[in-house]
Amino acid sequence: MTAVAELDPPVEAAKRKTGKPYVESRRRLGTGSRVGLGVAVLWFSLLVLIPLAVVVGTAAAGGAGQFLAALTNAQTLNAIGLTVVVSLAVTAINVVSGTIIAWVLVRDRFWGRSLLNVVIDIPFALPTIVAGLVLLSLYGNNSPLGINIANTRWAVALAIAFVTLPFVVRAVQPVLEELDVDVEEAAACLGAGPFATFGRIVLPSLAPAITSGAALSFARGISEYGSMVLLSGNLPNRTEVVSVRVLTHIENGDLASAAALATGMLVIAAAVIVALDVLRRTVARRDS
Amino acid sequence: MIREPKPVRWVLRLFVICYVGLLVLWPVFLVAQRTLSPGWQAVVSSLSSPEVLLGLRLTGIATFWSVLFNLVFGVGISLLLVRYEFRGKRLLSVLLDLPLSVSPVVVGLALMLVYAKGTPVGRFLYGIGYQIIFATPGIVLATTFVALPLVIREVVPVLTEIGDDQEVAARSLGASGWQTFWRVTLPGIKWAVVYGVVLTLARSLGEFGAVKVVSGNISLQTQTATLVVQDTYQDFQQQTAYTVSLLLTLAAVLCITVVALLRPKEKLS
Repeated sequence: MTAVAELDPPVEAAKRKTGKPYVESRRRLGTGSRVGLGVAVLWFSLLVLIPLAVVVGTAAAGGAGQFLAALTNAQTLNAIGLTVVVSLAVTAINVVSGTIIAWVLVRDRFWGRSLLNVVIDIPFALPTIVAGLVLLSLYGNNSPLGINIANTRWAVALAIAFVTLPFVVRAVQPVLEELDVDVEEAAACLGAGPFATFGRIVLPSLAPAITSGAALSFARGISEYGSMVLLSGNLPNRTEVVSVRVLTHIENGDLASAAALATGMLVIAAAVIVALDVLRRTVARRDS
Repeated sequence: MIREPKPVRWVLRLFVICYVGLLVLWPVFLVAQRTLSPGWQAVVSSLSSPEVLLGLRLTGIATFWSVLFNLVFGVGISLLLVRYEFRGKRLLSVLLDLPLSVSPVVVGLALMLVYAKGTPVGRFLYGIGYQIIFATPGIVLATTFVALPLVIREVVPVLTEIGDDQEVAARSLGASGWQTFWRVTLPGIKWAVVYGVVLTLARSLGEFGAVKVVSGNISLQTQTATLVVQDTYQDFQQQTAYTVSLLLTLAAVLCITVVALLRPKEKLS
């Protein structure tokens, strides 16, 4: 789940040292591997690429006017606004809390730390519909805390905060573990306090990891569906998010509008992935 | 290593425990408590309703195929990406991550637009006897789609790290490609494959949105376990919803615990 795994450091390193590509390791395709690649790409196209392309195609088929009309429908605009604002806000929370959680997991030692480390992954593994049900038990009707935020905008934020919890933590944690502590000690010897050391030494090295965790968290936030179903009530113009809107269009048989909105979501998803790839390569180049 | 002042350390620790406790641990605990509080009798009887049994069976089928497809495809494509040079490789490796950040509802819509009965492809497949959308094959496709990158993301970094010295040695000593794969490459990436499979398993068991769109959510026909949770909860059969949820939660927790237990061992060896 590491978002900033370096894709091919030995190869990059070899290129740097010898000035030549790493010939030995990168073979050209033989007959067998050519067939393998063909089958794999065919499967990937049938399952992922063609269906996603058809979504874009369906959206484009209606022309620009219909596309814009679908996106600028008042109820849809409200859903887009809510989804984007809440996802951004939750991502901001994740940047802070995720970095703190990663810090505590790596640098602190206390009883229950390894349990905490496993608990962080629960939102990844828990089915989203169950996530909604689980949150409803503490923040819904029968809340032992006396807090009932079901069917409000707070519920949308809560659901997104739950499902995106691991992203920043899991992006920052491995980088923090690998961090060279000598530099921190040098800073401390030179008179920097712990806060200055954190702000000037640790934080800059964590920045790429935090960014990639935040990007993944934002992408997940705007695409979230399952955890809203039981928790947010999907009230039009109030707690309805974009993916719920897409589903409503599908259920009403308005596939053109569904495809238009879906295309918008796809563009954001693709932008995040490309940005992460660029970031990953930049970091790999800087480190080698 | 910098040491934060003691009060700061305690504040951070407390913050983390409260945040994770309030967001994850306590709610999960409450669901377990509410499921089990009416006693085992109620739990067992709610599990034996036909709706639940069918849901669990469908989830089992979808998970089985998703794990199988993604295992074979994931290991194969990882080998190709790391060991071979071909045109469009970088584009392919970026596209392979796409299923992780596409909304499940969009996944469902995409599959529907290609494979539904009204489309050319769907009509052809229906003509030769295969219904994809609103049937089990659609559920399998949707589940496989959403879990697609998980094996690849685990295997690619490990394959890159172990390098190909041993593979080159095996080949120079006369091993065939197949022998090299089974005796040299696979043992090296064994644990990465296991993590990938466990994560795929967890993701597949829990898929909801994509399956909801492609399955048509037909009660007693195409409802997987997660769809049964929604249906029974909104139908005021809360005990059933809680029981199935707890079952899925236990499966999820088991998966991540297995991964957590396996990971440190790998570092020691």
